[in-house]
Amino acid sequence: MSSPRDVVITGIGLVSSLGEGPDAHWQKLAQPGLQPVLETARFAPYTVHPLPEIDWNLQIAKRGDQRQMETWQRLGTYAAGLALDDAGIKGNDELCATMDMVVAAGGGERDEAVDAAILAASESRNDRDVLLNEKLTTELRPTLFLAQLSNLLAGNISIVHKVTGSSRTFMGEEGAGVSAVETAAARIRSGQSTHVLVGGAFQTEHSDMLLGYELAGYLHRGPWKPVWQRAGAEGGGVVSGSGGAFLVLEQREQAESRGRKIYAELGPVVSGRARRSRGELDAEIAGLLNQAAPPNGRLLAMSGASGAHAATSAEKTALDAVEAITARGFSTLTGHMKEAQFPFAVALAALAVDRKAAYPVFDAAAEKPFEGIPARVLATAIGYHQFEGMALVKPA
Amino acid sequence: MTNFRDHMGRPIVAVTGIGVVTSLGVGKADNWAALTSGKSGIHPITRFPVDHLNTRISGMVDFLDSSSKGASPLTYELAETAAHEAVAESGLDSGDFGGPLFLASPPVELDWHERFSLYNSDKQDAGAERLLRVARGLKELDIFETTQFGSIADRLADRFGTRGLPITLSTACASGATAIQLGVEAIRRGECDRALSIGADGSATAEALIRFSLLSALSTHNDIPEKASKPFSKDRDGFVLAEGSGALVLESLEAALARGATVLGILRGCGEKADDFHRTRSKPDGSPAIAAVRAALADAGLSKDEIDYVNAHGTSTPENDKMEHLSLSTVFGERIGSMPVSSNKSMIGHTLSAAGAVEAAFSLMTMRESVIPPTINYDNPDPAIVLDVVPNKKRNAEVRSVLSNSFGFGGQNTCLVMAREPV
Repeated sequence: MSSPRDVVITGIGLVSSLGEGPDAHWQKLAQPGLQPVLETARFAPYTVHPLPEIDWNLQIAKRGDQRQMETWQRLGTYAAGLALDDAGIKGNDELCATMDMVVAAGGGERDEAVDAAILAASESRNDRDVLLNEKLTTELRPTLFLAQLSNLLAGNISIVHKVTGSSRTFMGEEGAGVSAVETAAARIRSGQSTHVLVGGAFQTEHSDMLLGYELAGYLHRGPWKPVWQRAGAEGGGVVSGSGGAFLVLEQREQAESRGRKIYAELGPVVSGRARRSRGELDAEIAGLLNQAAPPNGRLLAMSGASGAHAATSAEKTALDAVEAITARGFSTLTGHMKEAQFPFAVALAALAVDRKAAYPVFDAAAEKPFEGIPARVLATAIGYHQFEGMALVKPA
Repeated sequence: MTNFRDHMGRPIVAVTGIGVVTSLGVGKADNWAALTSGKSGIHPITRFPVDHLNTRISGMVDFLDSSSKGASPLTYELAETAAHEAVAESGLDSGDFGGPLFLASPPVELDWHERFSLYNSDKQDAGAERLLRVARGLKELDIFETTQFGSIADRLADRFGTRGLPITLSTACASGATAIQLGVEAIRRGECDRALSIGADGSATAEALIRFSLLSALSTHNDIPEKASKPFSKDRDGFVLAEGSGALVLESLEAALARGATVLGILRGCGEKADDFHRTRSKPDGSPAIAAVRAALADAGLSKDEIDYVNAHGTSTPENDKMEHLSLSTVFGERIGSMPVSSNKSMIGHTLSAAGAVEAAFSLMTMRESVIPPTINYDNPDPAIVLDVVPNKKRNAEVRSVLSNSFGFGGQNTCLVMAREPV
């Protein structure tokens, strides 16, 4: 039974190493045997999925705006613009001014050259705090701070795309993306919002972004492998990727009255915080699965599994335990996009519902084929370190 | 019979616990005594050397165990301390809170002291390559945890037994207010009967200070630190970087009364509006701030004449105070000249991510105590800003309702309306 306050997806903005936009992603991902785009040299011994070539001017018209951002904010602002365009909201002053926004964000890029110079000088200085003051006061570009602040991705989206109803930024890796989608959906269902821009971006091609994983040894090293096959390989199993995913979520009634194309309906969005050190992860994943998608026939699952050994193995075990589930680990082809991972999973699920077709296997050794039309598609993000979430996407 | 629904049919949200830490001290009692006696917490920086710095004063919290241990540990301790006070006051189980957690906290980065120590523990390679190699050899997760944006909330969730996936958020200087707003909205949606909203900021590192300094945002009145923060004064020259935390236990009025809790105040309305003008400056006509104030009033179901006092954002920057005056005078009209509007920041500085929560805590106390804390250092009024700023000395006054403003870098504006009584 549909209700006027159902949450439907009317806009999708995607960027990854595979390209940009929902169509390009569908075309690529629907090709059997698609090979990932990999950068193996630049950050060796780590492999990353790099950004494609992007003409920023297409979504960020003013050079001045582009200059105020580093790649992470540009990427998010760009992906947000794609989603707004796709939903027919971009340039519509009234809809933009009443649109709420929840962005999932980490931090922006530091100045690697300044940091490296300070570290190099620290080898011969004992007054390191003074060194820090000396270098930072003279060498930091004043506006770089604004390119680093987590909430300034949302700030830039307001400035560039004029989305000003409200602006909130959630932080906390994959969990931020889960909470962002969950909160946006709850706002629409309760009538607090009519349309919400929600998503995130991750720019992994920066040493600090790799360090964020590697301080706990989470990154995979050595030859690349599909996401399900990294157990036992050198390193921690995560191969990261640059990308962004934004969704326009809208109240069904408003979307229909605007006559917009609806990709899919967003059903339950659920989240959790397993205390993993107490062994709660397996039960948490099973519980979320049951809440988001109680047994009801076949289910395609767009898994955001990161490759991190413990979390990925727990998720695989839980998904494999349900005969009706057919999983696709999309990180095999895009890499892990942290805050953007869950919105990306939801977007891929919505595309499969819209196209009435499942994706071919991304990893023939670990995934089974799915024949026919997927009636329901699950999106998952089990954090590489903490926090878990799932959502069910279904035909509108 | 008490009415448990507001003017829009939503559950009324009560405050049943308040906690606060600022440079003035730990807890409501010490803070309130200092605040109402016009005492400043701004002092010379001692946490790190101030060579080469234009600003050498702050409102840092220097008296906690974690004060010298870096931004993440200090932010956690600030949050934990304020939340402990709030939950204890509410009478709820401090280890099994049973509602969601909303934490406003600063973005995290690898601390420079860790960076230096990791880097100098090895000699091979240089720069990022060396750091990455050392990083993957670490056996402990302590440093890693300080770089994960969700870790502080995760620890708090363990500590207080909050329910579900905790939300960590940033809306810059409006963050604390947003954390409260998220709690209010969750209760109104019927998702929970109670929520723990915290704003905490212990990120006053040398690099943070330098970054704000490079944007010309900070006061450089170093000579008499306690005089540096002078909101609405003619010679105001920037904000004073500070640390602190505020925590509120929010509950549906119905649930609070059912368990016999003391209601400390009502969170009546929240309003927000984003600015699309500039990354650090607000739209010259003040329209986003005006819209945020009006949205909060509308959400609260109160007319502009029903607000007794404004707890101003009042940062002491030339830009903010001018814009805040413009927006308040636009909304409140002629009445603004005779309505008390004071800035806690004149005494505690700008606690950034915590500010909205700290100032909500003080707003609630203002109503409960019938005392309005002053705007200190108001010796040289800005003639362009005609406000009753409650200059220099506290004022006894019956305050039934408060508007608390938070306007952030990046254009995120959030306003809260609080009331003393449910109706």
